Amino acid sequence: MSILNRKLAPGFNGVDNINLIRPQQTKLANGCNIFSFNSGDQDLVRIEWVFNNLRFNPKKPLLNVAVNTMLTEGTSKLNAAQIADKIDFYGAFLQVDYSYDNSQVTLYTLTKYLKTTLDVVKDVITDSIFPEKELETYVRNQQQKLQVSMQKNDFVARRVFNKALFGETIYGLGAEPEDFKSLTREDMLAHFKLMYQPSNCTIIIAGKADPEILEAVNQAFEGAWGDVTSPADISQPELEPSAERFFYSEKVDALQSAIRMGMPFITRTHPDFSALQVLNTALGGYFGSRLMANIREDKGYTYGIGSGMTAFKQTGAFFIASEVGADVCKLAVKEIEKEINLLKENLIDEKELSLVKNYMLGSLLGSLENVFSHADKFKNLYFANLDYDYYDRYTQTIKTITAPELQALANKYWNFADFYKVIVGKY
Amino acid sequence: MVKFNRFKLDNGLRVIVHEDNTTPMAVLNILYDVGARDEDPDQTGFAHLFEHLMFGGSVNIPHYDGPLQRVGGENNAFTSNDITNYYITLPSTNLETAFWLESDRMLSLAFSEKSLEVQRNVVIEEFKQRYLNQPYGDVWLRLRPLVYKNHPYQWATIGKTIKHIEDAKIEDVKAFFKKHYNPQNAIMVVGGNVKTEEVKRLAEKWFGPIPAGEKYNRNLPQEAPQQEERREIVTAKVPLNDVYIAFQMEGRMDKSYHIIELMSDILSRGNSSRLYKSLVKDKPLFSEVHAYITGSMDKGMFVLEGKPLEGISIEQAEASLWQELEKIKTEEVPADELTKVKNKTESTMVFSEMSLLDKAMNLANYELMGDAEELNHETEKFLAVTSAQIKEEANKLFRKENSSTLIYLAEGVEEPKEVVTD
Repeated sequence: MSILNRKLAPGFNGVDNINLIRPQQTKLANGCNIFSFNSGDQDLVRIEWVFNNLRFNPKKPLLNVAVNTMLTEGTSKLNAAQIADKIDFYGAFLQVDYSYDNSQVTLYTLTKYLKTTLDVVKDVITDSIFPEKELETYVRNQQQKLQVSMQKNDFVARRVFNKALFGETIYGLGAEPEDFKSLTREDMLAHFKLMYQPSNCTIIIAGKADPEILEAVNQAFEGAWGDVTSPADISQPELEPSAERFFYSEKVDALQSAIRMGMPFITRTHPDFSALQVLNTALGGYFGSRLMANIREDKGYTYGIGSGMTAFKQTGAFFIASEVGADVCKLAVKEIEKEINLLKENLIDEKELSLVKNYMLGSLLGSLENVFSHADKFKNLYFANLDYDYYDRYTQTIKTITAPELQALANKYWNFADFYKVIVGKY
Repeated sequence: MVKFNRFKLDNGLRVIVHEDNTTPMAVLNILYDVGARDEDPDQTGFAHLFEHLMFGGSVNIPHYDGPLQRVGGENNAFTSNDITNYYITLPSTNLETAFWLESDRMLSLAFSEKSLEVQRNVVIEEFKQRYLNQPYGDVWLRLRPLVYKNHPYQWATIGKTIKHIEDAKIEDVKAFFKKHYNPQNAIMVVGGNVKTEEVKRLAEKWFGPIPAGEKYNRNLPQEAPQQEERREIVTAKVPLNDVYIAFQMEGRMDKSYHIIELMSDILSRGNSSRLYKSLVKDKPLFSEVHAYITGSMDKGMFVLEGKPLEGISIEQAEASLWQELEKIKTEEVPADELTKVKNKTESTMVFSEMSLLDKAMNLANYELMGDAEELNHETEKFLAVTSAQIKEEANKLFRKENSSTLIYLAEGVEEPKEVVTD
């Protein structure tokens, strides 16, 4: 028997093929699109109802989020307690989620209870009434939650940053306590009727999406529902980036400072997007990234630092974020600048680049854990108006991009002096 | 139902294999039977600091993360009061890399003074970020010593104070490794697109040669039953008052565990739960209220927490929580309500089987408790709970002399100075 050589890494294989499951599509006569991903392994299903948010109104900034959050708070037939009782009794989970572009309702249920739980969801989506008493509770509790969040430096930094990049838009919104007070039941009902209508609805089914299940969903959501008066206006106001680029909120007692910096950025539809994801990963997109290696693992200034690219329908953002010791905040900012400039001035060496590439491909493969993940990948594409070619191009770009191309991108897109910079704490 | 195969190496390492060919990935999870409870009272935060150092290079491999990322893998770890758990996910075709990395750091670490120095700083920043620089962040630093007077659960995994982390010496760290990080104190679960025979071969190849080490015999000071009501009031720079009431309960292996977990669900799981309906919606007295258990191996905590609304006194808030506890002590939970929390538990178990990593961690945990197969009997145990048992346990738990109450009084908060521009 040969002696084990522990210094030598075992051989390894690259990731060749990523097989994405594509959905079956049906379109109901009322305009509602249904996409389903069938994997019959377990007797459970996840169903999502996704709606485009309505055009942002700066005078009533919270309507999109408040309407979504309060969908489970009462319908003509069921009050909030009854909705909760029914869903919980059948061991199901009913969630509402708000994001900048869409609002959604998600049901997780064992298929044996689908019919009953689906009835509740239908009621919620087609007949919510936003009772006055529940609205009062919502406003009161949200105001209290906001008070707590406003004491968290990273939360404040994110708000200031978004406001700076996107201004008075759905992407830049940072709610104030008085904004909650301006919510009225009438406004919410009107918003609900316009937004939660069939032609603005996409249903995504994942799990045991067999013909019987599909039929049940079709039956529940076909025909006319809601009380449609006009098409949903899902356009959004122009972005208004701030002219000011440096924001510092001083907190004299802070032990740590939150740092957030970056700028408005390209979206998923831009041809450079995938290549920039490689560059971003090298900078701050994984545990071994340059920001982590320098600012956490070499200097010990922070518990964590990272960079990221977020892609919305109308815009994107590139950001770097961390919470660092208050006494080393200035030093940390300098090191961030240094890392950005290193990527502009020098080529990434081959060893690092191949590591980043392998990591990203493995990470993509690992992100496809189950049928729900395949549905999530589809959502990324569908709501950005992209096709499955996107993931082919993405893997192709990762495999073929070169160090000079990445250096050129760093120079094309990054200029540290122009970054929006937000510090909350001490600087 | 999570199927698995199980074997043990001569050096005592327990190995569990869960074959799941629906994924192209593999998971390698190693649980070390050591947590913050195994620390010296004067050197707390060690198990966690140590977890950080496990990434600082091992005897034959100078860098842990790079080689794993190079083969498309990811990893992380966590430390609790009971265990330290490390996990890797990677494309299953590269499974051997995980064996190579994990076996080398079980064999021997090789971190430097520099690496210790840096990780001390990182952990100190973590201490600040999670426990000191957040509103209510220090709750566990205060509540634990109130509930535990004897047992090492009286400190949080991050440690009692930053000082203990600052003082960590390289020889202490080495001694800690020798004592706890050996095959006898570990459970490895390999799951995903793998074959048991191949896992056996790789386990023998990479872990087989590691010396068994000494078996660590845990002999911790146990917590005596609490005999008196305890209370601490903190005036802090937080925006709202906050009430915590903690009760001692038996450990994870006790037969009362499943009963008490369902009891916490009845009180606080989801929007149909009693505390939410009664105290957030109907009355309303709180903006949020929760009940949960710590699920600790030794004597655990049943915790109630709520933030009263403005204008509601602490006395009123506490009284309303106790009123709900009195109700569950005196009236049996109606059949429908009990069925509801059982159904929820049952479906949660089914949904958790959607995640490979969850399955692997669960198998490791149940093996630590005695038998991985018990994971597949967990639902039965919840379904067997009766209303009479819940009432009985509620009466044992919810007594003033078994309670520790921690109150945060808001003294107002620091408003940030106006935005200054460059």
